Amino acid sequence: MTALLEIKGLHAEISGGRKIIQGLDLTVNKGEIHAIMGPNGAGKSTLSYVLAGKPGYEITAGEVYLNGEDLLAMSADERAAKGVFLAFQYPLEIPGVATLTFLRAAFNAQRKARGEEELSSPDLIKRVREIAKTLNIDSEMLKRPLNVGFSGGEKKRNETLQMALLQPSLCVLDETDSGLDIDALKVVANGVNALRSAERGMIVITHYQRLLDYIVPDIVHVFAAGRIVRTGGADLARELEATGYAQYQSEAA
Amino acid sequence: MAAVQETIDRVKGIDVDQYRYGFETQIESEKAPKGLSEDTIRFISAKKNEPAWMLEWRLEAYRRWLTMTEPTWARVGYPKIDYQDLYYYSAPKPKKKVASLDEIDPEILKTYEKLGIPLREVELLEGVERPSAAVESEDGEAAAPRTKIAVDAVFDSVSVATTFKEELKKAGVIFMPISEALREHPDLVQKYLGTVVPTTDNYFATLNSAVFSDGSFVYIPPGVRCPMELSTYFRINERNTGQFERTLIIADKGAYVSYLEGCTAPQRDENQLHAAVVELVALDDAEIKYSTVQNWYPGNSEGVGGIYNFVTKRGDCRGANSKISWTQVETGSAITWKYPSCILRGDNSSGEFYSIAISNGFQQVDSGTKMIHLGKNTSSRIISKGIAAGKSQNTYRGLVSAHRKASGARNFTACDSLLIGDQCGAHTVPYIEAKNSSAVFEHEATTSKISEDVLFYCIQRGLSQEEAVGLVVNGFVKDVLQQLPMEFAVEAQKLISISLEGSVG
Repeated sequence: MTALLEIKGLHAEISGGRKIIQGLDLTVNKGEIHAIMGPNGAGKSTLSYVLAGKPGYEITAGEVYLNGEDLLAMSADERAAKGVFLAFQYPLEIPGVATLTFLRAAFNAQRKARGEEELSSPDLIKRVREIAKTLNIDSEMLKRPLNVGFSGGEKKRNETLQMALLQPSLCVLDETDSGLDIDALKVVANGVNALRSAERGMIVITHYQRLLDYIVPDIVHVFAAGRIVRTGGADLARELEATGYAQYQSEAA
Repeated sequence: MAAVQETIDRVKGIDVDQYRYGFETQIESEKAPKGLSEDTIRFISAKKNEPAWMLEWRLEAYRRWLTMTEPTWARVGYPKIDYQDLYYYSAPKPKKKVASLDEIDPEILKTYEKLGIPLREVELLEGVERPSAAVESEDGEAAAPRTKIAVDAVFDSVSVATTFKEELKKAGVIFMPISEALREHPDLVQKYLGTVVPTTDNYFATLNSAVFSDGSFVYIPPGVRCPMELSTYFRINERNTGQFERTLIIADKGAYVSYLEGCTAPQRDENQLHAAVVELVALDDAEIKYSTVQNWYPGNSEGVGGIYNFVTKRGDCRGANSKISWTQVETGSAITWKYPSCILRGDNSSGEFYSIAISNGFQQVDSGTKMIHLGKNTSSRIISKGIAAGKSQNTYRGLVSAHRKASGARNFTACDSLLIGDQCGAHTVPYIEAKNSSAVFEHEATTSKISEDVLFYCIQRGLSQEEAVGLVVNGFVKDVLQQLPMEFAVEAQKLISISLEGSVG
């Protein structure tokens, strides 16, 4: 098995503030889906931001490699072009920018960064429409300004659409189930499952086991107080649903 | 480093000298003696072979101007202008009498070529190529119709070329330099000149009335829909020279015209004065659409140089059911002082003002509009988008008023400001006066900072910092961009990116 993502002894904090991640080790191999579960405030979202390169966090120790390359040395847009995709818990609204315009800008920016040719508008539109169809996204939604006035379900389907279009090598899904009813959850999960491949790795961050009924992980980690405190198979998620996180919080403390 | 912090740092480092139109054309010119006096005005009037009444009109304005003081109410600061230290007339010296475009000084033709303004009709007849980065309809499927644009090119104080004259003549449209119109259609000019912006109107308009040298004149006869877009391109080339152009557009009953105006100037370390007057008259059922992309040299990163742009633009909806629409994209000038306005005199007339004002570096913008409701059931709409970056100050100043007899007046105003960085300022100064109790005036205003989270979202998808800001800004101004004719919208979109380059994208 080839390591896609290697995190070694990672410590991170909010710039000038609290320590959040405190000694994290994690290896995601190609083809694997890892679930990270844990209580509020454990640092799960911070982990996703640190991987994506969001400003405002400071790495105080540790190393992160993507396909053997030093991820922490890259700017956020470089990371994206290298295949890091973060599906946001709360996707942001951009008034006046049509969803399709945004998709085109993102797609071609990544291509340009990789030294590839940009895709012509008609080809790109065709590709987007094909994916959109599988996610129950109609072309009307593609014309609306990005995420503006979208329902929770529409936002998450839109994130999945972006992920499917950009074909990242590492997908980080931050609380993708939040704000979704069961039907929307299924659509999104189907979209995510369609992206499962031997070349791709995923980290699925969630509080609840529910999402993992639909996106079945290979490995489940319990994350508490900034590090992994337990690792197991898919059944660990079900166990957690029964026992809760209390024991790990005291363990970590 | 935080994304926005990076942006701010880049703004600090930015040389606004990325201005792309800053070159100078080496050409011999003929100037009036420096300074302002009755003699200067006589010189200009004589140069233009003007009728006697025109000289009198100018002199009257000049005498009036001497009694006036420069206004100080705008939120702009600048050293006192020495009006005696300027040239009021500068014209490229003709090699001989110019009968056709082929005989225009090739240096001037090159200048316009460099600026992307085609003066050769043949190029235009081939059709304006549809730029690939067109303002997109959301699914990218829109196809722009091939359009012809007639151009009047004004170089310093004179018009050097007007294209498509013949074709326009067939439609009965008069489109020519105002200096020529004064000779060929003196009655028309006399009938309308100064009827919207009187010579006594304000300090800068009065100065313009005294010394204006050229500009465009447009007359659309009754019932005629002008067969093409009309456009004037203003270029200040000469050093120490003020440009005072005067534009007069008349749409007779039931006529329609869309008019575009563009401006650039060389990069210089001195400030140059530009005090223009634009008058629009719309008679019964007529419509005038006036679009401006103003890109005068804004000065460098230290705030040295740049154009002082003191402009009076006003439209008179004189007839019933008439309509005047102003659209402006203001990216240039060190100082912008400009309030394109509508007088809604005719019953059921309507006025619109769509504005994008971008300021960066040390630019100061004080711009807005006045909607004066006089007739019955008049309506107006104001959409203003201000974007401030660097150390610039960006003010929207507007007046919406309903006269005592203006029953059923309606206005909707939306003023949005976007701040980039923490050293710039956005200000909104709306005045609303309703003297008729049936008036319905709505005003909405927002001020926001460009959101770091939104930028990160874009960057996470692979956009660079600059591309991200460019995308967000273009989204912010979209409502207004849509009002511009296609070709202009594309130019404007590029210009927005260039204006914020280094600071944004």
